Amino acid sequence: MRSERYIPYLLVLPSVIFLLFLFAWPLVEALLLSVRGSEGWTLEHFQRMAADLYFKDAVKYTVLLAVVVVPLQVILALGMAMLLGGISKGRDLFLYVWTIPLGISDLAAGLVWLSIFTERGYLNSFLQALGLIQEPRLWLSYETPAMLFLAVVAAEVWRATAIVFVILVAGLQLIPKEYGEAAEVFGATPWRRFWRVTLPLLMPSLQVALILRTILALEVFAVVVALGGRNLPVLAGEAYFWYNAYQNPGVAAAYAVLILGISGLATLLYLRLLRPRQEVAA
Amino acid sequence: MNPRTIYLALAVLLALWVLVPIFLIATLAFSDRASVFAWPKGILPQRFSLETIAFFFGVAGVGKAIGNSVIVAGLTLLFAVLLGAPAGYALARYRFAGADAYRLLILMTRAFPLAILAVPLSVQFIRLGLYDTALGVALVHTALALPFAVLVTSSLFLGIPKELEEAAWTLGCTRIQAFLKVVLPLALPGLAATAIFAFVISWNEVFAATLLTLRERTLPAFLLTALNDSPLPFRFAGGFFLIVPALVFIFAIRRYLFTLWGIANR
Repeated sequence: MRSERYIPYLLVLPSVIFLLFLFAWPLVEALLLSVRGSEGWTLEHFQRMAADLYFKDAVKYTVLLAVVVVPLQVILALGMAMLLGGISKGRDLFLYVWTIPLGISDLAAGLVWLSIFTERGYLNSFLQALGLIQEPRLWLSYETPAMLFLAVVAAEVWRATAIVFVILVAGLQLIPKEYGEAAEVFGATPWRRFWRVTLPLLMPSLQVALILRTILALEVFAVVVALGGRNLPVLAGEAYFWYNAYQNPGVAAAYAVLILGISGLATLLYLRLLRPRQEVAA
Repeated sequence: MNPRTIYLALAVLLALWVLVPIFLIATLAFSDRASVFAWPKGILPQRFSLETIAFFFGVAGVGKAIGNSVIVAGLTLLFAVLLGAPAGYALARYRFAGADAYRLLILMTRAFPLAILAVPLSVQFIRLGLYDTALGVALVHTALALPFAVLVTSSLFLGIPKELEEAAWTLGCTRIQAFLKVVLPLALPGLAATAIFAFVISWNEVFAATLLTLRERTLPAFLLTALNDSPLPFRFAGGFFLIVPALVFIFAIRRYLFTLWGIANR
Protein backbone atom coordinates (compact mmCIF):
# COMPACT_ATOMS: atom_id res chain seq x y z
CA MET A 1 0.00 0.00 0.00
CA ARG A 2 1.92 2.98 -1.29
CA SER A 3 -0.35 5.57 0.26
CA GLU A 4 0.60 4.37 3.73
CA ARG A 5 4.30 4.92 3.44
CA TYR A 6 4.00 8.34 4.97
CA ILE A 7 2.33 7.05 8.16
CA PRO A 8 5.47 6.32 10.21
CA TYR A 9 6.90 9.71 9.31
CA LEU A 10 3.69 11.36 10.39
CA LEU A 11 3.89 9.54 13.72
CA VAL A 12 7.53 10.45 14.31
CA LEU A 13 7.39 14.03 13.05
CA PRO A 14 5.94 15.76 16.15
CA SER A 15 8.67 14.38 18.38
CA VAL A 16 11.37 15.29 15.85
CA ILE A 17 10.14 18.88 15.67
CA PHE A 18 9.99 18.98 19.45
CA LEU A 19 13.52 17.64 19.87
CA LEU A 20 14.91 20.06 17.29
CA PHE A 21 13.27 22.91 19.19
CA LEU A 22 14.37 21.70 22.65
CA PHE A 23 17.77 20.14 21.87
CA ALA A 24 19.27 21.27 18.60
CA TRP A 25 18.28 24.90 18.96
CA PRO A 26 19.42 25.39 22.59
CA LEU A 27 22.65 23.57 21.81
CA VAL A 28 23.43 26.10 19.09
CA GLU A 29 22.22 28.93 21.32
CA ALA A 30 24.45 27.81 24.19
CA LEU A 31 27.50 27.74 21.95
CA LEU A 32 26.64 31.19 20.57
CA LEU A 33 25.90 32.55 24.03
CA SER A 34 29.29 31.41 25.29
CA VAL A 35 31.33 32.99 22.48
CA ARG A 36 29.38 36.17 21.75
CA GLY A 37 29.87 39.39 23.66
CA SER A 38 28.44 42.85 23.33
CA GLU A 39 30.83 43.53 20.45
CA GLY A 40 30.88 40.40 18.34
CA TRP A 41 32.83 37.18 18.90
CA THR A 42 34.83 36.86 22.07
CA LEU A 43 36.47 34.42 24.44
CA GLU A 44 35.77 36.78 27.30
CA HIS A 45 33.20 34.48 28.95
CA PHE A 46 35.59 31.55 28.98
CA GLN A 47 38.36 33.78 30.31
CA ARG A 48 36.14 35.06 33.11
CA MET A 49 35.13 31.49 33.89
CA ALA A 50 38.73 30.29 34.04
CA ALA A 51 39.85 33.26 36.10
CA ASP A 52 37.07 32.80 38.65
CA LEU A 53 38.03 31.92 42.20
CA TYR A 54 35.80 28.84 42.26
CA PHE A 55 36.69 27.54 38.80
CA LYS A 56 39.65 25.29 39.61
CA ASP A 57 37.92 23.70 42.58
CA ALA A 58 34.72 23.24 40.57
CA VAL A 59 36.58 21.33 37.84
CA LYS A 60 38.54 19.35 40.43
CA TYR A 61 35.57 18.32 42.56
CA THR A 62 33.26 17.57 39.61
CA VAL A 63 35.75 15.26 37.94
CA LEU A 64 36.81 13.74 41.27
CA LEU A 65 33.18 13.03 42.17
CA ALA A 66 32.57 11.26 38.87
CA VAL A 67 35.80 9.26 39.24
CA VAL A 68 34.93 8.15 42.79
CA VAL A 69 31.14 7.76 42.60
CA VAL A 70 30.66 6.01 39.25
CA PRO A 71 32.99 3.02 39.86
CA LEU A 72 31.56 2.60 43.37
CA GLN A 73 28.05 2.51 41.95
CA VAL A 74 28.94 0.06 39.20
CA ILE A 75 30.70 -2.35 41.56
CA LEU A 76 27.92 -2.16 44.13
CA ALA A 77 25.20 -2.54 41.48
CA LEU A 78 27.00 -5.48 39.90
CA GLY A 79 27.23 -7.13 43.30
CA MET A 80 23.53 -6.51 43.92
CA ALA A 81 22.58 -7.88 40.49
CA MET A 82 24.59 -11.08 41.08
CA LEU A 83 23.28 -11.35 44.62
CA LEU A 84 19.73 -11.22 43.34
CA GLY A 85 20.37 -14.47 41.45
CA GLY A 86 21.24 -16.19 44.74
CA ILE A 87 18.09 -15.14 46.57
CA SER A 88 14.97 -17.22 46.36
CA LYS A 89 12.83 -16.02 49.24
CA GLY A 90 11.54 -12.44 49.15
CA ARG A 91 13.16 -11.65 45.81
CA ASP A 92 10.37 -9.26 44.78
CA LEU A 93 10.51 -7.44 48.09
CA PHE A 94 14.26 -6.86 47.76
CA LEU A 95 13.79 -5.72 44.18
CA TYR A 96 11.22 -3.17 45.29
CA VAL A 97 13.26 -1.84 48.20
CA TRP A 98 16.54 -1.69 46.28
CA THR A 99 14.93 0.27 43.46
CA ILE A 100 13.17 2.85 45.66
CA PRO A 101 16.00 5.39 45.16
CA LEU A 102 15.15 5.45 41.43
CA GLY A 103 12.33 7.81 42.28
CA ILE A 104 14.25 9.96 44.75
CA SER A 105 15.55 13.27 43.45
CA ASP A 106 19.06 14.57 43.95
CA LEU A 107 17.71 17.43 46.06
CA ALA A 108 15.78 15.06 48.34
CA ALA A 109 18.82 12.79 48.64
CA GLY A 110 20.91 15.78 49.65
CA LEU A 111 18.40 16.71 52.35
CA VAL A 112 18.22 13.13 53.62
CA TRP A 113 21.96 12.99 54.08
CA LEU A 114 21.98 16.49 55.53
CA SER A 115 19.96 15.05 58.41
CA ILE A 116 22.79 12.59 58.98
CA PHE A 117 25.81 14.83 58.49
CA THR A 118 24.52 18.08 59.96
CA GLU A 119 25.97 19.42 63.21
CA ARG A 120 23.39 17.83 65.49
CA GLY A 121 22.68 15.03 63.05
CA TYR A 122 22.70 11.27 63.32
CA LEU A 123 26.38 10.79 62.54
CA ASN A 124 27.49 13.05 65.36
CA SER A 125 24.93 11.49 67.70
CA PHE A 126 26.28 8.07 66.79
CA LEU A 127 29.88 9.12 67.34
CA GLN A 128 28.88 10.59 70.68
CA ALA A 129 27.16 7.35 71.68
CA LEU A 130 30.39 5.53 70.88
CA GLY A 131 32.22 8.01 73.08
CA LEU A 132 34.36 9.30 70.20
CA ILE A 133 33.21 12.90 70.47
CA GLN A 134 31.66 14.98 73.23
CA GLU A 135 30.40 18.01 71.34
CA PRO A 136 28.74 18.24 67.91
CA ARG A 137 31.30 18.59 65.13
CA LEU A 138 30.92 20.51 61.89
CA TRP A 139 31.32 18.24 58.88
CA LEU A 140 29.84 20.25 56.03
CA SER A 141 31.73 23.49 56.30
CA TYR A 142 34.33 25.11 54.12
CA GLU A 143 37.07 23.87 56.46
CA THR A 144 36.13 20.20 56.08
CA PRO A 145 36.14 19.64 52.31
CA ALA A 146 37.10 15.97 52.65
CA MET A 147 34.14 15.19 54.89
CA LEU A 148 31.79 17.26 52.74
CA PHE A 149 33.05 15.35 49.71
CA LEU A 150 32.40 12.05 51.52
CA ALA A 151 28.87 13.17 52.38
CA VAL A 152 28.16 13.93 48.72
CA VAL A 153 29.63 10.56 47.72
CA ALA A 154 27.42 8.78 50.27
CA ALA A 155 24.31 10.60 49.07
CA GLU A 156 25.07 9.96 45.40
CA VAL A 157 25.89 6.29 45.91
CA TRP A 158 22.77 5.91 48.03
CA ARG A 159 20.54 7.56 45.42
CA ALA A 160 21.88 6.56 42.03
CA THR A 161 23.18 2.99 42.42
CA ALA A 162 19.61 1.82 41.77
CA ILE A 163 19.70 3.10 38.18
CA VAL A 164 22.87 1.14 37.44
CA PHE A 165 21.41 -1.90 39.18
CA VAL A 166 18.26 -1.85 37.04
CA ILE A 167 20.23 -1.44 33.80
CA LEU A 168 22.50 -4.36 34.76
CA VAL A 169 19.63 -6.64 35.81
CA ALA A 170 17.86 -5.87 32.54
CA GLY A 171 21.12 -6.71 30.74
CA LEU A 172 21.52 -9.99 32.65
CA GLN A 173 18.04 -11.04 31.55
CA LEU A 174 19.17 -10.73 27.93
CA ILE A 175 22.00 -13.24 28.40
CA PRO A 176 20.88 -16.75 27.41
CA LYS A 177 21.12 -19.19 30.32
CA GLU A 178 22.74 -21.82 28.05
CA TYR A 179 26.11 -20.05 28.10
CA GLY A 180 26.45 -20.28 31.85
CA GLU A 181 25.16 -23.85 31.89
CA ALA A 182 27.62 -24.87 29.18
CA ALA A 183 30.48 -23.39 31.18
CA GLU A 184 29.23 -25.27 34.24
CA VAL A 185 29.22 -28.57 32.32
CA PHE A 186 32.86 -27.95 31.44
CA GLY A 187 33.62 -27.48 35.12
CA ALA A 188 33.97 -23.70 35.40
CA THR A 189 33.74 -22.38 38.94
CA PRO A 190 31.09 -19.72 39.68
CA TRP A 191 33.85 -17.12 39.90
CA ARG A 192 35.26 -18.13 36.50
CA ARG A 193 31.78 -18.21 34.97
CA PHE A 194 31.24 -14.66 36.14
CA TRP A 195 34.53 -13.38 34.68
CA ARG A 196 34.59 -15.37 31.46
CA VAL A 197 30.90 -15.61 30.53
CA THR A 198 28.67 -13.14 32.35
CA LEU A 199 30.88 -10.07 32.45
CA PRO A 200 31.87 -10.02 28.75
CA LEU A 201 28.26 -10.56 27.70
CA LEU A 202 27.16 -7.81 30.06
CA MET A 203 29.53 -5.32 28.43
CA PRO A 204 26.88 -3.45 26.38
CA SER A 205 24.77 -2.85 29.50
CA LEU A 206 27.83 -1.79 31.46
CA GLN A 207 28.66 0.64 28.70
CA VAL A 208 25.17 2.18 28.81
CA ALA A 209 25.27 2.40 32.60
CA LEU A 210 28.73 3.96 32.66
CA ILE A 211 27.95 6.56 30.01
CA LEU A 212 24.64 7.51 31.57
CA ARG A 213 25.95 7.70 35.11
CA THR A 214 29.10 9.60 34.17
CA ILE A 215 27.12 12.26 32.29
CA LEU A 216 24.74 12.59 35.22
CA ALA A 217 27.63 12.70 37.71
CA LEU A 218 29.25 15.54 35.76
CA GLU A 219 25.97 17.45 36.16
CA VAL A 220 25.88 16.94 39.92
CA PHE A 221 24.21 19.94 41.50
CA ALA A 222 21.32 19.80 43.97
CA VAL A 223 22.90 17.15 46.24
CA VAL A 224 25.92 19.36 46.69
CA VAL A 225 23.90 22.53 47.22
CA ALA A 226 21.67 20.83 49.79
CA LEU A 227 24.64 19.47 51.74
CA GLY A 228 27.18 22.22 51.55
CA GLY A 229 25.86 25.21 49.64
CA ARG A 230 28.82 26.51 47.71
CA ASN A 231 31.40 25.06 50.09
CA LEU A 232 32.08 22.32 47.56
CA PRO A 233 31.95 24.05 44.18
CA VAL A 234 30.90 21.96 41.16
CA LEU A 235 30.52 22.93 37.51
CA ALA A 236 26.72 22.79 37.24
CA GLY A 237 26.47 24.74 40.49
CA GLU A 238 28.74 27.45 39.08
CA ALA A 239 26.59 27.65 35.93
CA TYR A 240 23.63 28.11 38.23
CA PHE A 241 25.30 30.80 40.35
CA TRP A 242 26.55 32.72 37.33
CA TYR A 243 23.10 32.69 35.80
CA ASN A 244 21.00 33.30 38.90
CA ALA A 245 23.12 35.28 41.31
CA TYR A 246 25.42 37.16 38.94
CA GLN A 247 22.91 37.45 36.09
CA ASN A 248 25.58 36.55 33.58
CA PRO A 249 24.21 34.08 31.00
CA GLY A 250 27.44 34.28 28.97
CA VAL A 251 29.65 32.77 31.68
CA ALA A 252 26.85 30.36 32.68
CA ALA A 253 26.76 29.18 29.06
CA ALA A 254 30.55 28.82 29.08
CA TYR A 255 30.19 26.47 32.07
CA ALA A 256 27.44 24.56 30.26
CA VAL A 257 29.65 24.16 27.20
CA LEU A 258 32.50 22.96 29.42
CA ILE A 259 30.24 20.31 31.02
CA LEU A 260 29.12 19.21 27.56
CA GLY A 261 32.76 18.99 26.46
CA ILE A 262 33.82 16.81 29.41
CA SER A 263 30.69 14.63 29.02
CA GLY A 264 31.43 14.16 25.33
CA LEU A 265 35.03 13.20 26.06
CA ALA A 266 33.98 10.68 28.70
CA THR A 267 31.40 9.14 26.36
CA LEU A 268 33.94 8.76 23.54
CA LEU A 269 36.39 7.21 25.98
CA TYR A 270 33.85 4.61 27.14
CA LEU A 271 32.84 3.80 23.57
CA ARG A 272 36.46 3.17 22.63
CA LEU A 273 37.61 1.35 25.76
CA LEU A 274 34.59 -0.86 26.28
CA ARG A 275 34.01 -1.95 22.72
CA PRO A 276 32.61 -5.47 23.17
CA ARG A 277 35.30 -7.89 22.08
CA GLN A 278 33.90 -9.81 19.14
CA GLU A 279 35.68 -13.10 19.77
CA VAL A 280 34.31 -13.26 23.28
CA ALA A 281 30.81 -12.15 22.42
CA ALA A 282 30.48 -14.56 19.51
CA MET B 1 27.66 -20.97 57.08
CA ASN B 2 25.17 -21.76 54.35
CA PRO B 3 25.75 -19.48 51.30
CA ARG B 4 21.98 -18.86 51.09
CA THR B 5 22.08 -17.37 54.58
CA ILE B 6 25.00 -15.13 53.65
CA TYR B 7 23.18 -13.96 50.51
CA LEU B 8 20.09 -13.22 52.52
CA ALA B 9 22.06 -11.33 55.16
CA LEU B 10 23.77 -9.23 52.48
CA ALA B 11 20.43 -8.52 50.80
CA VAL B 12 18.92 -7.39 54.09
CA LEU B 13 21.96 -5.19 54.73
CA LEU B 14 21.55 -3.52 51.33
CA ALA B 15 17.83 -3.04 51.95
CA LEU B 16 18.65 -1.36 55.27
CA TRP B 17 21.20 0.88 53.52
CA VAL B 18 18.31 2.14 51.36
CA LEU B 19 15.66 2.29 54.05
CA VAL B 20 17.42 3.61 57.15
CA PRO B 21 18.15 7.11 55.77
CA ILE B 22 14.52 7.40 54.62
CA PHE B 23 13.39 6.28 58.06
CA LEU B 24 15.64 8.87 59.70
CA ILE B 25 14.34 11.82 57.68
CA ALA B 26 10.76 10.58 58.17
CA THR B 27 11.45 10.53 61.92
CA LEU B 28 12.61 14.13 61.78
CA ALA B 29 9.67 15.19 59.64
CA PHE B 30 7.28 13.76 62.22
CA SER B 31 8.98 15.18 65.32
CA ASP B 32 8.48 18.44 67.08
CA ARG B 33 10.90 21.31 66.72
CA ALA B 34 12.78 20.51 69.89
CA SER B 35 13.54 16.94 68.73
CA VAL B 36 14.82 18.16 65.37
CA PHE B 37 17.40 20.30 67.15
CA ALA B 38 18.01 17.82 69.96
CA TRP B 39 21.54 16.70 70.81
CA PRO B 40 22.41 13.92 70.83
CA LYS B 41 19.64 12.29 68.81
CA GLY B 42 18.22 8.83 69.35
CA ILE B 43 17.54 6.65 66.35
CA LEU B 44 13.91 6.22 67.32
CA PRO B 45 11.47 9.13 67.23
CA GLN B 46 11.31 10.89 70.58
CA ARG B 47 7.85 12.35 70.37
CA PHE B 48 5.49 11.97 67.44
CA SER B 49 4.29 15.38 66.32
CA LEU B 50 2.89 17.05 63.24
CA GLU B 51 4.51 20.35 64.21
CA THR B 52 7.35 20.17 61.66
CA ILE B 53 5.16 19.03 58.77
CA ALA B 54 2.53 21.63 59.62
CA PHE B 55 5.22 24.30 59.79
CA PHE B 56 6.45 23.27 56.33
CA PHE B 57 3.01 23.48 54.73
CA GLY B 58 2.37 26.75 56.53
CA VAL B 59 5.36 28.54 54.98
CA ALA B 60 4.20 31.12 52.47
CA GLY B 61 4.73 29.89 48.94
CA VAL B 62 4.90 26.14 49.66
CA GLY B 63 1.29 25.52 48.69
CA LYS B 64 1.70 27.44 45.46
CA ALA B 65 4.96 25.65 44.68
CA ILE B 66 3.29 22.26 45.17
CA GLY B 67 0.49 23.39 42.86
CA ASN B 68 3.03 24.49 40.25
CA SER B 69 4.89 21.19 40.53
CA VAL B 70 1.70 19.25 39.93
CA ILE B 71 0.74 21.41 36.93
CA VAL B 72 4.22 21.20 35.37
CA ALA B 73 4.46 17.45 35.96
CA GLY B 74 0.94 16.97 34.59
CA LEU B 75 1.80 18.87 31.41
CA THR B 76 5.06 16.94 31.08
CA LEU B 77 3.19 13.64 31.41
CA LEU B 78 0.72 14.73 28.74
CA PHE B 79 3.35 15.99 26.26
CA ALA B 80 5.67 13.02 26.77
CA VAL B 81 2.92 10.47 26.12
CA LEU B 82 1.26 12.37 23.26
CA LEU B 83 4.57 12.94 21.46
CA GLY B 84 6.33 9.75 22.52
CA ALA B 85 3.69 7.05 22.09
CA PRO B 86 3.06 7.66 18.34
CA ALA B 87 6.80 7.62 17.69
CA GLY B 88 7.15 4.45 19.77
CA TYR B 89 4.34 2.87 17.78
CA ALA B 90 6.03 3.84 14.50
CA LEU B 91 9.33 2.28 15.63
CA ALA B 92 7.59 -0.91 16.71
CA ARG B 93 5.31 -1.46 13.71
CA TYR B 94 6.91 0.07 10.63
CA ARG B 95 10.21 -0.39 8.88
CA PHE B 96 11.00 2.96 7.37
CA ALA B 97 14.05 4.73 6.03
CA GLY B 98 15.50 6.88 8.79
CA ALA B 99 14.26 4.73 11.66
CA ASP B 100 17.82 4.07 12.80
CA ALA B 101 18.75 7.74 12.49
CA TYR B 102 15.71 8.56 14.60
CA ARG B 103 16.72 6.01 17.25
CA LEU B 104 20.16 7.57 17.34
CA LEU B 105 18.66 11.05 17.74
CA ILE B 106 16.65 9.78 20.70
CA LEU B 107 19.66 8.18 22.35
CA MET B 108 21.85 11.22 21.74
CA THR B 109 19.44 13.51 23.55
CA ARG B 110 20.19 11.54 26.69
CA ALA B 111 23.86 12.40 26.38
CA PHE B 112 23.27 16.14 26.75
CA PRO B 113 23.78 17.72 30.14
CA LEU B 114 20.80 19.69 31.37
CA ALA B 115 22.82 22.87 31.81
CA ILE B 116 23.37 23.05 28.07
CA LEU B 117 19.59 23.25 27.60
CA ALA B 118 18.46 25.27 30.56
CA VAL B 119 20.81 28.25 30.30
CA PRO B 120 20.13 29.21 26.64
CA LEU B 121 16.46 28.30 26.88
CA SER B 122 15.84 30.60 29.81
CA VAL B 123 17.41 33.42 27.80
CA GLN B 124 15.22 32.57 24.81
CA PHE B 125 12.10 31.95 26.88
CA ILE B 126 12.26 35.53 28.17
CA ARG B 127 11.98 36.65 24.56
CA LEU B 128 9.19 34.20 23.77
CA GLY B 129 7.17 34.98 26.88
CA LEU B 130 7.62 31.43 28.18
CA TYR B 131 9.93 32.42 31.02
CA ASP B 132 8.46 31.92 34.50
CA THR B 133 5.53 29.87 33.17
CA ALA B 134 4.51 26.30 33.94
CA LEU B 135 4.43 25.64 30.19
CA GLY B 136 8.06 26.70 29.76
CA VAL B 137 9.30 24.38 32.52
CA ALA B 138 7.08 21.57 31.25
CA LEU B 139 8.64 21.87 27.78
CA VAL B 140 12.14 21.35 29.18
CA HIS B 141 10.96 18.47 31.37
CA THR B 142 9.30 16.90 28.35
CA ALA B 143 12.65 17.01 26.59
CA LEU B 144 14.01 14.89 29.46
CA ALA B 145 11.08 12.48 29.56
CA LEU B 146 10.45 12.11 25.82
CA PRO B 147 13.40 9.83 24.97
CA PHE B 148 12.22 7.40 27.66
CA ALA B 149 8.62 7.62 26.51
CA VAL B 150 9.60 6.75 22.92
CA LEU B 151 11.84 3.81 23.87
CA VAL B 152 9.48 2.38 26.45
CA THR B 153 6.34 2.64 24.36
CA SER B 154 8.13 1.11 21.38
CA SER B 155 9.08 -1.93 23.45
CA LEU B 156 5.54 -1.99 24.77
CA PHE B 157 3.98 -2.07 21.29
CA LEU B 158 6.54 -4.65 20.16
CA GLY B 159 5.18 -6.89 22.88
CA ILE B 160 1.65 -6.74 21.46
CA PRO B 161 1.36 -9.21 18.55
CA LYS B 162 0.80 -7.55 15.20
CA GLU B 163 -1.54 -10.42 14.28
CA LEU B 164 -4.17 -9.10 16.67
CA GLU B 165 -4.25 -5.84 14.77
CA GLU B 166 -4.30 -7.57 11.42
CA ALA B 167 -7.21 -9.72 12.53
CA ALA B 168 -9.14 -6.58 13.42
CA TRP B 169 -8.44 -5.15 9.96
CA THR B 170 -9.80 -8.25 8.23
CA LEU B 171 -12.89 -7.97 10.39
CA GLY B 172 -13.52 -4.53 8.95
CA CYS B 173 -11.83 -2.17 11.38
CA THR B 174 -9.91 0.79 10.02
CA ARG B 175 -6.34 1.21 11.22
CA ILE B 176 -7.39 3.76 13.77
CA GLN B 177 -10.30 1.67 15.02
CA ALA B 178 -8.07 -1.37 15.30
CA PHE B 179 -5.57 0.62 17.29
CA LEU B 180 -8.19 2.08 19.62
CA LYS B 181 -10.13 -1.14 20.17
CA VAL B 182 -7.40 -3.78 20.16
CA VAL B 183 -3.96 -2.31 20.81
CA LEU B 184 -4.74 0.54 23.18
CA PRO B 185 -6.51 -1.54 25.87
CA LEU B 186 -3.56 -3.94 25.91
CA ALA B 187 -1.02 -1.13 26.03
CA LEU B 188 -2.83 0.90 28.66
CA PRO B 189 -1.03 -0.35 31.79
CA GLY B 190 2.36 0.17 30.16
CA LEU B 191 1.34 3.60 28.94
CA ALA B 192 0.26 4.45 32.47
CA ALA B 193 3.69 3.38 33.74
CA THR B 194 5.33 5.59 31.11
CA ALA B 195 3.13 8.48 32.18
CA ILE B 196 3.97 8.00 35.85
CA PHE B 197 7.64 7.87 34.98
CA ALA B 198 7.37 11.17 33.07
CA PHE B 199 5.51 12.69 36.01
CA VAL B 200 8.26 11.72 38.45
CA ILE B 201 11.05 12.96 36.16
CA SER B 202 9.36 16.35 36.22
CA TRP B 203 8.50 16.24 39.94
CA ASN B 204 12.17 15.62 40.76
CA GLU B 205 13.86 18.02 38.36
CA VAL B 206 15.42 21.06 39.98
CA PHE B 207 18.14 22.69 37.83
CA ALA B 208 16.03 23.74 34.84
CA ALA B 209 13.04 24.56 37.02
CA THR B 210 15.14 26.95 39.10
CA LEU B 211 16.68 28.67 36.10
CA LEU B 212 13.42 28.99 34.19
CA THR B 213 11.27 30.44 36.94
CA LEU B 214 11.22 33.36 39.30
CA ARG B 215 7.80 33.56 40.93
CA GLU B 216 6.18 30.42 39.52
CA ARG B 217 8.61 28.04 41.17
CA THR B 218 8.06 24.30 41.32
CA LEU B 219 8.52 22.69 44.74
CA PRO B 220 12.16 21.56 44.22
CA ALA B 221 13.06 24.98 42.78
CA PHE B 222 11.34 26.69 45.70
CA LEU B 223 13.13 24.46 48.22
CA LEU B 224 16.50 24.93 46.57
CA THR B 225 16.32 28.71 46.49
CA ALA B 226 15.04 28.77 50.08
CA LEU B 227 17.70 26.39 51.43
CA ASN B 228 20.19 29.00 52.53
CA ASP B 229 17.87 30.94 54.75
CA SER B 230 15.50 28.26 55.96
CA PRO B 231 15.64 26.41 59.29
CA LEU B 232 16.47 22.70 59.41
CA PRO B 233 12.91 21.50 60.18
CA PHE B 234 11.73 23.15 56.95
CA ARG B 235 14.45 21.42 54.93
CA PHE B 236 13.82 18.00 56.45
CA ALA B 237 10.05 18.19 56.06
CA GLY B 238 10.55 19.37 52.46
CA GLY B 239 12.99 16.55 51.73
CA PHE B 240 10.62 13.98 53.15
CA PHE B 241 7.66 15.37 51.21
CA LEU B 242 9.70 15.15 47.99
CA ILE B 243 10.38 11.45 48.63
CA VAL B 244 6.83 10.29 49.28
CA PRO B 245 5.84 10.10 45.58
CA ALA B 246 8.96 8.01 44.92
CA LEU B 247 7.73 5.26 47.21
CA VAL B 248 4.34 5.16 45.50
CA PHE B 249 5.83 5.47 42.04
CA ILE B 250 8.27 2.59 42.30
CA PHE B 251 5.54 0.40 43.73
CA ALA B 252 3.13 1.32 40.92
CA ILE B 253 5.49 0.65 38.05
CA ARG B 254 7.64 -2.12 39.54
CA ARG B 255 6.51 -4.57 36.87
CA TYR B 256 7.77 -2.28 34.12
CA LEU B 257 11.05 -1.12 35.64
CA PHE B 258 13.17 -3.58 33.76
CA THR B 259 11.46 -3.16 30.40
CA LEU B 260 11.95 0.53 30.98
CA TRP B 261 15.70 0.14 31.12
CA GLY B 262 16.26 -3.13 29.31
CA ILE B 263 15.36 -1.57 26.02
CA ALA B 264 18.13 0.97 26.44
CA ASN B 265 20.66 -1.79 25.85
CA ARG B 266 19.65 -2.58 22.32
